[in-house]
Amino acid sequence: MENTARTGQRNEVVIELRGVSTRYGERVVHENLDLDVRRAEIFALVGGSGSGKSTLLREMILLQRPDAGTVRVLGVDLGSLNEREQHALLKRIGVLFQHGGLFGSLNVRENIGLPLREHTRLNDELIDRIAAWKLALTGLEPATAALYPSELSGGMLKRASFARALALDPELLFLDEPTAGLDPASAAGVDQLVTMLRDTFGLTIVMITHDLDLLWQVADRVAVLGDGRVQAVGSMAELAGSDRPLVRQFFEGARGRAAQAQQALTTH
Amino acid sequence: MPHIRRGAFVLALDNRFDSGTSTLLWQQYPDAHGSRDPFLVNNGARSPVRMRAFAGARLSLISEMPAVAAMPDHRQAMSSCLSAAPAAVAPLPDGLALSGCWTAFGISPLDRELDKVATGGAQAMAIDGTRVEALDTVGVWVLQYLLQRLRDEGVTTTLRGWRPEFERLIDLIEDSPPPPLTPAPQRRRLERIGRSVGAALEQLYALLSFVGESALALAAGIAHPARIRWRTILHNVQSAGVAALPIVGLLSFLLGIVVAYQGADQLRRYGANIYVADLVGLSMLREFAPLITAIIAAGRSGSAYAAQIGTMTVTEEIDAMRTLGIAPLDVLVLPKIIALMIALPLLTVYADICGVAGGMLMAQAKLGVGYAEFLDRFVNAVQPSTYLIGIGKAPVFAIIIAVVGCFQGFRTHGGADSVGRQTTRSVVHATFLVIVADALFSIVFSILDL
Repeated sequence: MENTARTGQRNEVVIELRGVSTRYGERVVHENLDLDVRRAEIFALVGGSGSGKSTLLREMILLQRPDAGTVRVLGVDLGSLNEREQHALLKRIGVLFQHGGLFGSLNVRENIGLPLREHTRLNDELIDRIAAWKLALTGLEPATAALYPSELSGGMLKRASFARALALDPELLFLDEPTAGLDPASAAGVDQLVTMLRDTFGLTIVMITHDLDLLWQVADRVAVLGDGRVQAVGSMAELAGSDRPLVRQFFEGARGRAAQAQQALTTH
Repeated sequence: MPHIRRGAFVLALDNRFDSGTSTLLWQQYPDAHGSRDPFLVNNGARSPVRMRAFAGARLSLISEMPAVAAMPDHRQAMSSCLSAAPAAVAPLPDGLALSGCWTAFGISPLDRELDKVATGGAQAMAIDGTRVEALDTVGVWVLQYLLQRLRDEGVTTTLRGWRPEFERLIDLIEDSPPPPLTPAPQRRRLERIGRSVGAALEQLYALLSFVGESALALAAGIAHPARIRWRTILHNVQSAGVAALPIVGLLSFLLGIVVAYQGADQLRRYGANIYVADLVGLSMLREFAPLITAIIAAGRSGSAYAAQIGTMTVTEEIDAMRTLGIAPLDVLVLPKIIALMIALPLLTVYADICGVAGGMLMAQAKLGVGYAEFLDRFVNAVQPSTYLIGIGKAPVFAIIIAVVGCFQGFRTHGGADSVGRQTTRSVVHATFLVIVADALFSIVFSILDL
């Protein structure tokens, strides 16, 4: 299953960052940072607070420009795009924001259908059906469709905005803290959802997360950010053996060990 | 037509094809049929474009180009289409041939045309997906819709030649039962009226409870003055009073000018120039100064109270306060009410002075009434009671503004958008109630003959 979705392009790079530097005034967030994300992989960005994960994500989705360096997403250099090309690129990208980013004035169904209504000429009934299906895909009750974001619980909000990110069947999905604030059962649901999306749709997924379970169970490769650079990239098992201090820091502590132990149990 | 090797790219200098040509190509080169994307067109653009992108025109030149390894792997993710070939349906002897991009973007033109696809009386139809370039969930939905319609007409359908990953996606969607569409609840007019009346009554009741609770807290504060937070009160006096001096001063000064200017013409006509002092004095001291000050306070301070308390509600600071055993009313509401009750009368006095000064300036410029003359007349015309009535309204206005602002802040629920809504509401309600109260004062004073 995994192989068919990835045949022949295991190494095709869909996001390529070269020499990216970002500064907020005096504070240096990224210093000459390089990073590659390959097609159909689940890629995680981790790092302490203030290590520039969110900034990096924003730079990949055209919300912010780096002070230096190039960012290439799906083969296009973000620095050289005109407005039309930006729109074309953004249609191929889905983003799940940390706090959902659902529009408060629209109900869930309208929120999910909005990208389709804006960008395609599909009829309303079809859009509603697709929205309902996407909602079901993320594990929400059909009745949720008629609710407004203010009426949803945290977990439901996350799932609904997941459904909106998937509305246009993007090739590339960005997830900012997909499991933050979710109960363990919902978080496990997100694990499955992410894996299913990659296996079924061949999606490339880039996520920021601190959820060690998600990292161990789902992520193919993990990049640890620190001191403005990528400290290490690799699978969790590889990173666990790393001796770089900033990487070690991440694995130290009871929580890290517990997740690691659990991983060992599930694999053996 | 030239022979095309398996895996070779077709270069078309004039990138015009029609669907007939492409079908012909498929038939001529069965070799190519097995490979996934045998035909690529390079129309001079940097990226290769598949031939089927150019349905609708004629192919004029084909030449062969070796398959170049340097070309990027052109198989994109399933949902993406390298070309912009729209989804299309063409009849086959034994069924239908689908082609193009069956994606959200590629399918739009086809959406309504599917109804026209005819069965031709066939009992069984094969749906050939060999030439479908891309498929996403929207495409599958439309496909399902087509299949369902054919089945309804008594035709057995089979899928043929779909890529394995497409088949998986089709299965995935087929397996999941179509979720019911739950319509947004439609409310009848009567129900809507009922609900809004209910909401208004509920709000009124809540406001009254809030006033009651604040009064109790105030009484408790008076009974135990040590509990009153004087430092917070002084801080609030500073922000609601001192900081408002420039805007209150400027606006009432301008108001004084306007009143004198409007009266000047009429007074001059009757040679009653000196009565400008009566006009400015009475109207400013009794009505305009308290009112303009209250309206500015509602806009500046009332909204700030609502926004502050609203934000604290959203960020659960109010709940935290309650669990820590601190009464939000004592900390947040009482100091604001007391501070505004101190600040607003003082601001009104200041507004009186500025307004009269504005009137004086205008009286001299337009009517030739000197400052000394003006003040002389002013003292005779304006009774201390007029001044006191104006000042006396201010604390009442202050209570209205502070209570409404705080009340709307506490009514915040949900997210940040609610803060904005409650803040707006606090200004509108406070201004409305201040003017209503002013009207009531006028009625009461006229009955009392003041």
